[in-house]
Amino acid sequence: MNMDITQSTMIELRDAIAAKQVTAHEVTEAYLQRIAALNDSLGAYTQVFAERALQRADEVDAGKVTGALAGVPIAIKDNLCTTFGRTTCSSKILEKFESPYDATAVRRLEAAGAVILGKTNLDEFAMGSSTENSAFAPTRNPWDTTRVPGGSSGGSAAAVAAGLCAAALGSDTGGSIRQPAALCGIVGLKPTYGLVSRLGLVAYASSLDQIGPMTRSVSDAALLLDVIAGHDPLDSTSADDDARGEGVDYLDTLGQPVDKLRIGLAKQYISDANDPQVNAAIDAAVAQLREFGAEIVEVDLPHTEYGIATYYIVATAEASSNLARFDGVHYGHRTDKPEDLIDLYAASRAEGFGDEVKRRIMLGTYTLSSGYYDAYYLRALKVRRLIKQDFDQAFTQCDAILCPPTTHPAFAFGDKTDNPLAMYLNDVYTVNCNLAGIPGLAIPAGFADVDDHRLPIGLQLLGPTFSEARLFQIAAALIGDQPAPLADYRLPG
Amino acid sequence: MTTAITMIQGLKTRLKVGMEIHVELATRTKMWTGAANVAHPDHFGAEPNSLVDPVVIGMPGTLPVMNKAALEMSIKVGMALGCEIARFSKWDRKSYYYPDLPKNYQLSQYDLPICGEGVLEVPISDAADAEIRPVRITRAHLEEDAGKLMHEGPGGRPIDYSIVDLNRAGTPLLEIVTEPDITSAEQAVMFGQTLRNICRFLGVTEGIMQQGHMRFEPNINVIIEKVGQEYATPIVEIKNLNSFRAVRGAIEYEHHRQVEQWLDDGKVLTSGSKSTRGWDDGRMVTVLQREKEEAHDYRYFPDPDLVPVTVDDAWLDRIRIDIPELPQARQARYIEQWGIDPKDARGLIEERDVTLYFEAIIDAGVEPKRAAKVIRNNLAKLANERGVLPCDLGITAEQIAGVEKLLTANTISSNAADSLYALCLDSDDEPAKLAEANGLVQVSDEGALDEWVAAAIEAEPQAAEDVRSGKMAAIGRLVGAVMKLSKGQANPKAVQQKLREKLAQ
Repeated sequence: MNMDITQSTMIELRDAIAAKQVTAHEVTEAYLQRIAALNDSLGAYTQVFAERALQRADEVDAGKVTGALAGVPIAIKDNLCTTFGRTTCSSKILEKFESPYDATAVRRLEAAGAVILGKTNLDEFAMGSSTENSAFAPTRNPWDTTRVPGGSSGGSAAAVAAGLCAAALGSDTGGSIRQPAALCGIVGLKPTYGLVSRLGLVAYASSLDQIGPMTRSVSDAALLLDVIAGHDPLDSTSADDDARGEGVDYLDTLGQPVDKLRIGLAKQYISDANDPQVNAAIDAAVAQLREFGAEIVEVDLPHTEYGIATYYIVATAEASSNLARFDGVHYGHRTDKPEDLIDLYAASRAEGFGDEVKRRIMLGTYTLSSGYYDAYYLRALKVRRLIKQDFDQAFTQCDAILCPPTTHPAFAFGDKTDNPLAMYLNDVYTVNCNLAGIPGLAIPAGFADVDDHRLPIGLQLLGPTFSEARLFQIAAALIGDQPAPLADYRLPG
Repeated sequence: MTTAITMIQGLKTRLKVGMEIHVELATRTKMWTGAANVAHPDHFGAEPNSLVDPVVIGMPGTLPVMNKAALEMSIKVGMALGCEIARFSKWDRKSYYYPDLPKNYQLSQYDLPICGEGVLEVPISDAADAEIRPVRITRAHLEEDAGKLMHEGPGGRPIDYSIVDLNRAGTPLLEIVTEPDITSAEQAVMFGQTLRNICRFLGVTEGIMQQGHMRFEPNINVIIEKVGQEYATPIVEIKNLNSFRAVRGAIEYEHHRQVEQWLDDGKVLTSGSKSTRGWDDGRMVTVLQREKEEAHDYRYFPDPDLVPVTVDDAWLDRIRIDIPELPQARQARYIEQWGIDPKDARGLIEERDVTLYFEAIIDAGVEPKRAAKVIRNNLAKLANERGVLPCDLGITAEQIAGVEKLLTANTISSNAADSLYALCLDSDDEPAKLAEANGLVQVSDEGALDEWVAAAIEAEPQAAEDVRSGKMAAIGRLVGAVMKLSKGQANPKAVQQKLREKLAQ
C-alpha cells in the first residue's frame, strides 16, 4: 500500500479500491484506527460501527457490493435514521432509540456501496451553531480543540476535517452544514429544498431542513450529492427529477470556465462587523474571479436583515410541532413512575430535552398560539416570501452570489452559551438561503490567524434553485480540486 | 316554512340542531401511508396494533404522503351534497396531546377544506307524505382518525393503566358539518340515514354504525318563547353517537333537559358558552363532559411536510363519471318512469343493498311495479320475521322472476307464491321445480279433477255418505283416493274444495 489512505479524497479512495491498489478492508481499517486514536479527544463520532463497516468493506472486496461509492468510508450525522446502531439526535430523549427503517439518503449511500463508519455528534435535534448543545459531549474543532467546530453538524465537520472519514452527511436547517464546514475548513453544501429526500431525517424544521454532503473536495461533494439526490415518492416535498435538469451530472461542470458567469456581491453580507480576514477572503475571491473573466455585479438583498428573526419564528414554530411526538408514550425516554398522564408527558420531556430544545419549543409554541399567530408566524411567512423575492430579483442580474458563510472563524467553548441571541446571530449569513429554499455551498478559503492559531475561514456561494452544478463549477474555479488540508491536529502529548 | 313547535312546561319551544358527521372512508390503505385501513372490509376486526407502520406510530423522520383515493372519495361526497369543491386546499396540523395521537398533532384541514357549501334535501320524518326540507352543508374536510384508548385488559380484565390500539390511527376521516337547520330528532335521524345511504351508494364507506364508520355529533339548543320574548339556550355538543337510536334519544333528551335547565337557571346562549355532553345508552340520558368550551388552542398551522392540493376540471370530470345514480334520483325515476307508488319508491331507496336488489329483480325480467310489491309485501314479511333486509334473505333475483312467471301464467295461486318464497329461503332450486315438488302447481284441467273426484266417491261410498251427513273427518279418505288416482298430481287443496262442493249438493 503506497497511498496515505486518510489523506485521500473520496474519489481517490474509490478509484484506488476499484483498481485494487488497496482493499476496501484496508481503507476501512485505516479510518477505524485513526478514529480509535483521535475520536476520544475530538468527540466527532457518538457511535462507531467497526464490525459492520469491516463486513461491508469485505463485501466490496468480494465484489458483492458495487456502485459509485464502493468501499468509501462515510460518516453520517446522528439525526438520520438507521436500522443499525441507534438514532439519538444527540438527545437523551432518543438515547436508546433504534429506528425500524433507514433514511432514504442512507439507503442511497449504501446502495452505492458506501461503508458507513459511524454516526456523528450534533447539537441536540440539530438546534445550535456550536455542537455544544449535544446531550452527550461537545465536539472539538480539530484545528484548535479549545474552539467549537460550529454546528449543528459539528461532528460531521470535525470528522471530515480530521480525516476520521472520507466524507460525511450533515443536515442544514439554517446553516448547520455550511457554518461548521467553514469553521472546520471543508466543503459543505445545503442543496435546493426538495433535492434530497427528507425521509428519515429527524425533523427540526420541515420547511427548511435539507441533507447535504460534507467533503474535502468540490468533486467529492458533487459525487456525494449525485448519489443522495433524486425524487422520493415517500417525501411529498421531494422535487421531481426533471426539476434538477435532465441528465445533470454534478461532476460534469467541474473545470469548465467561468468567464461567462456573473457573480453577485451583496452589500448586506459585507460588513465591518465581520472579521477583516473574512472580508479579505471575499476580496481575494473577487479578484480571482475577475481574473478568470467573470463579471462581478452588485446586487441588493434588502430584506436580509430580517432573516434571523424570520428564521427563528418559522423554525421554532415547526420544531414545537415536530418535537411534540417525543412524549414518552410510544418510544424514547419515559420518566419513572409518572403520577398521571400529564406528568408522564411533562416529566419525560423535562428529563429528555436539553435547554436549547426547550427554549425553541417554547418560542414556537408561543408564536403559534392564538392571538400571536398573525403577529408572528403569519408575518414571518410574509417576510420569508420577501426574502425569497430578493433572491429571485438578484438572480436576474447574476448567476450566483458570493458571500461569507460566517462573520468570524471558530469561537471558543462557552463564548456564546450564556447568550442565546449572540449564538443565533451566528447564522446571519446562512439562514436566508434556507428560507428561500435555494442552494448554498461553503468552501474553504484559507486561514485566519487568531491568537497564534491558524483557523479556517470559508466562502459561500448562493445560487437559484437547482443550480448546484453551477455552484460546483464556480467553487472548482476558485479552489481547484485539491482536497482541503487535514487539520494539523495532534494528539496531546 | 312551518316550524316544529313543541310545548314543554306550557312553553312554546323550537329545537335547533346542527350536525357534525365523521365518516371513516373505506380506502384500502390509510390516509398518509401504505398501512392497511381498518375501515376497509378486508381488515374489520383486525388484531390490535396489527395495522401500523412507522408513519402510523409517528416515528422520528417519518413523512406523510396523501392518499389520493381518500381525497377522491371526499370529492364524491361533496359532489353528491352539491358542495363547491375547492380547487385549492391544504393540510394543517391541529395540536393536542393524547396517547391515541402519536404525533400529538392531527393532520386536518383548517381554513381551506376540500368541500365548501352544499345542501342535502331530506324528509322531516319517515311518514310517506313528509315534507322535504333542505339541510345546508357548511363544509366537509378530510383528516386522519386517531387510535383508541382502552381502559380494560383483554377479555375485560381490570387494569390500572390504559392500552393504546393504533389500528384506527390514520384512517381517512371525512368530517361533514351542517348549518343548524334541523328542527327535530326525527329529522336528524332522517338526515343521518339519508347521508349514510348516499355514502354507501358512493362506495366511500361500509357505513357499519357499530364499528364507528359513521359518528354523529349534534350541536343542540332550544329557542323558548315566553310572553312574546325569545330565549336561546346555550349550545350543547353531544360527542360520538354511533347509532340512530342514540341520535334520536340524545336530541329528544336534550330538548327537554335544556328547557328545564333554562327554567331552573335562566342561562341563555352567549359566545363561548358551549358545553359538551356524552350519551349514556343504557340510561338514555346525556351526561356532562366539559362545562365550558375550554380555552382550547390547537395552534393550527399549515403542515410543512405536505403540499397543497390543486384540483382541475379534468380531475373533477373523471371523478364525476364514477358517481352512480344517487338514491333520490332513483326514487324520482321509479315514480315517473315506472309508476311505482311513491311510498314504495321511498322504501326502496332507503338501503343501498335493497335498491340494488330491486333493480336486479327488474333486470331479471319482473315488471317494476310487481318487483316493488314483492319486496315491500311478500319479502318484507319474511325479512321482518328474521330481522334482516329483504335482499339478505338468500332469495335470488332469478328465483323471484321464476315465481312471478308462475304467478302470471296462473300456474300457482298467489297464496302458493308466498309458500314458494318461503321455500326459496332454503333452496337454490328453480321455483317451477320447487312448486311442483311441493304440490303448489294448480291443476288447470277441471275435467280431470271432476273425473277423479267422481271415481273416488264411487270407490268410497261410506266415506262419501259420512261427509254428506256432516262427519267432515271422513273427507281425508276421499282426498287420499283422489291423490292415488291422480298419482299425486292433483292439488290436494283444490281436491278438498271440489269434494266439499260435490258432497254438499
